[in-house]
Amino acid sequence: MSKAVKFLAIVVLSVAVMSITAVPGIAADLALNGAGASFPYPLYMKWFSEYSNSNVGVKFNYQSIGSGGGIKQITAGTVDFGASDAPMTEEEMSKLPGPILHIPTAIGAVAIIYNLEGVPSGLRLTQDLLAEIFIGKITRWNDPKIFEINKELKLPNTDIVIAQRSDGSGTTDIFTNYLSTVSAEWRTKVGRGKSVKWPVGIGGKGNEGVAGLVKQTPGAVGYVELAYAKQNKMTVASLRNREGQFVAPTIEATSAAAAGITMPADFRASIVDSPGKESYPIAGLTWLLVYKEQTDAAKGKALVQFLKWAITDGQSMGAALDYAPLPKPVTDMVDKTLRQITSQGKALY
Amino acid sequence: MPKKVSKNPKDRAFEALSAFFAAMVLTLGLLLLLVLLYESLPALRKFGAGFIVSQAWNPVEKEFGALSFIYGTVITSFLAILLAVPLSVGAAIFINDFAPQWLKKPVSLLAELLAAIPSVIYGLWGIFVLVPMLRSAFMKPMAKYFGWWIPLFKGPVYGPSVLAASVLLSIMIVPFILSVSREVLATVPVRQKEAVLAIGGTRWEMIRIVVGQHCIPGIFGATVLGLGRALGETMAVTMVIGNRPDIFYSLFHQGYSMAAVIANEFAEAADLQLSSLILIGLLLFILTFLVNLAAKWILSNLVKNTSLRN
Amino acid sequence: MNTLSFRRKAIDTGMRWAFCLCAFLVILPLFMIFFDLVSKGAKELQWSLLTNLPRPVGEEGGGIANGILGSFVITLLTMIWSVPIAVMCGIYLAEYGKGRLASAVRFTVDSLAGVPSIIMGIFGYTLVVLPMKRFSAWAGAAALTMIFVPIVARTTEDMLRTVSQPVREAALALGIERWKTTLYIVLRTAQAGILTGILLAMARILGETAPLLFTILGNQFWQTRLDQPTAAMPLQVFSYAISPYKEWHDKAWAAALVLITLVLFINIGARRLTREKR
Repeated sequence: MSKAVKFLAIVVLSVAVMSITAVPGIAADLALNGAGASFPYPLYMKWFSEYSNSNVGVKFNYQSIGSGGGIKQITAGTVDFGASDAPMTEEEMSKLPGPILHIPTAIGAVAIIYNLEGVPSGLRLTQDLLAEIFIGKITRWNDPKIFEINKELKLPNTDIVIAQRSDGSGTTDIFTNYLSTVSAEWRTKVGRGKSVKWPVGIGGKGNEGVAGLVKQTPGAVGYVELAYAKQNKMTVASLRNREGQFVAPTIEATSAAAAGITMPADFRASIVDSPGKESYPIAGLTWLLVYKEQTDAAKGKALVQFLKWAITDGQSMGAALDYAPLPKPVTDMVDKTLRQITSQGKALY
Repeated sequence: MPKKVSKNPKDRAFEALSAFFAAMVLTLGLLLLLVLLYESLPALRKFGAGFIVSQAWNPVEKEFGALSFIYGTVITSFLAILLAVPLSVGAAIFINDFAPQWLKKPVSLLAELLAAIPSVIYGLWGIFVLVPMLRSAFMKPMAKYFGWWIPLFKGPVYGPSVLAASVLLSIMIVPFILSVSREVLATVPVRQKEAVLAIGGTRWEMIRIVVGQHCIPGIFGATVLGLGRALGETMAVTMVIGNRPDIFYSLFHQGYSMAAVIANEFAEAADLQLSSLILIGLLLFILTFLVNLAAKWILSNLVKNTSLRN
Repeated sequence: MNTLSFRRKAIDTGMRWAFCLCAFLVILPLFMIFFDLVSKGAKELQWSLLTNLPRPVGEEGGGIANGILGSFVITLLTMIWSVPIAVMCGIYLAEYGKGRLASAVRFTVDSLAGVPSIIMGIFGYTLVVLPMKRFSAWAGAAALTMIFVPIVARTTEDMLRTVSQPVREAALALGIERWKTTLYIVLRTAQAGILTGILLAMARILGETAPLLFTILGNQFWQTRLDQPTAAMPLQVFSYAISPYKEWHDKAWAAALVLITLVLFINIGARRLTREKR
């Protein structure tokens, strides 16, 4: 019996020693922690893995807890950087201890996915149709209004089941921002936000939850980030953009949406319903949230170095994972902005 | 144990040391309660008692209420109990009174191992095995043939649902109810059992008579204990319940539980929403506390009675 | 036995099979879960899973090594202070406890044992993460402490109470001081049971996920410090499971297989300990 006690004591002691020796062992590695949006998670994981390979001694840890979570944790100061698909609101920014920078890293599109028997592809929707479906005014797939622009499709006589996000999400923010832009009724009845009170429909957690619901439910229609739609091989609808063209969500159409926009200095731009014939109308930027004044100079320096890498070398890695790269004028702007990041008044660039 | 206060300073020091650690545990408990109370104060001030009966959960309008979560927690736990109690009691009777000697140990060990499986593994299995199985083998046909006239089985069928959460929960609480039931069954005096057999009763009649006479309160206690486990279960439920705050009749509908909403939204919530989540945590704390207290009371009464009887 | 009518006999046989069926249904899920864990997890279960760090989607050979280390670090960190607290608390309750403090402590221990583990996560976040301004192994251990201590304190008290009174009296009669009697004789007699309790509680916290969600955050690299976000196996199972990628689902099954092997190994080992003693 006492053997067991000894064993336990040895294990506990060795861990104690390990923990104590681990504490001074820090010097070797600079570790930065971030959390937030789930949409760019696969991209960030790829980035941080690649970056740590070529920059030994610096480790970026990123955990996907949702855009709302990213904003909350950077506000509380529990992480070194946050991430969000929705720009911080004025109210959220007023709670910050200091000024923050929104650094765009990639562009995403929100795809409208559907599950209709006999319609393996080719569904087209206009701005009004989309709004009326999600408001609950159009309830059946064989509604004459849908038929009018999809005459070649065999639309089944089934109920439309709306699938939406049940958690606070940047995807929802982009989508409701779009609906508020194109539909006055949506703007007054529901509005825009990371989570809204949906008039109709069922909820799933995360992009994967919505994708799962649509996959499993005949007659369902929902919205997810393009990357998730592609990864899960969902059927996506083409949307009519501002110029009257029907455009399917692709990386090219997403880039086109960003090209037609004038970027404000703080990068909190909305790129929904963007001009341009090739533009896909529901697109959005995703940002890293970084304090302008960094308390820890070493960490701040590492962060700036990484961001420089992300807007140059990093951009080419997105396409394989279905993220559109930032246009050149935007990366030039970001490069200038990075020079503003300071620690005790000294620029870190 | 000699109750005299020891004069030996070392004895007194040791006693003081153990009392210090005991007081530390007490402090930790109080600290937990204090944290929950203090952090939930803003929500409590804003919504008051109405929080419990409000169905709102709207982060945009900053309106929060716990009703749909309490509903989901209570419904899933209740259904889990409904499924788990007959099975566990039946299995307990089998192990205690019917199983051949060589089978008793392995069966009870296997049942106990169910209790050792981490919750997240139940959730993983739930997502990828149980939910698809229930959907195609049970939910779809039920919804098709009964859904249109029995609201309980009304579609549409998605998979993740109150039913899936309840079935998973019942698997998880079976070992607890089973082991307490076995203890309860073991309190029956052997002489009474033999008496029934001696007058020509069958084994089933013996079970029916002695269980009916002695074990109902104990099994009730075991049930309440299982309920306490089910109410607070987090990961497995979060992974299969569907996470939609709603009040509904259909078993196939998606729901939300108190523990699940905390797990999902705590990391992203701020201000009033955070406070509301912690208030839900406090309510859950109180709920499980009361249920466990009830279970303890029932079972301790029982122990007293049986010890008197024997 | 011809006094038994056919009907009664039939009912008896029927009920016998019904109970047998109950027992079968109770343990059936265990076999199903194991079958799925092995069949779905085994193909990913390579050496690289145990030695490599997680890798991005689309790259081969990612592992859960940091999660295995993280789980052990948090578990043992918890135990370093929780074992003494819990055992001393149990000693107090069994050997000295009387009056108001003892009943208050006993009540607290019993109540804490029933608190849902997710609430311990709120405890860790509010009291450790927010003041330290970082997610850390410390915060995870703080949350797990709240689960570990009540279980072990209760087992210690129960086990000490099974030591018969004459043992204590004999030791005291020999002139052995009371504290020595408690530590070297009573505690030693109950050792096996207490150790089993400790190991069972260890297996339990090794598999806990909910209290870790907002205390340790997770980490895709090796954690080099205790005040940094930390990876843990249960957390990896969870985030892989709810991801949209098939290859991560496979990783979730493999990680779950590793986790359950460890948990059951400790669990069964702990049970053996008491059985041999008895």
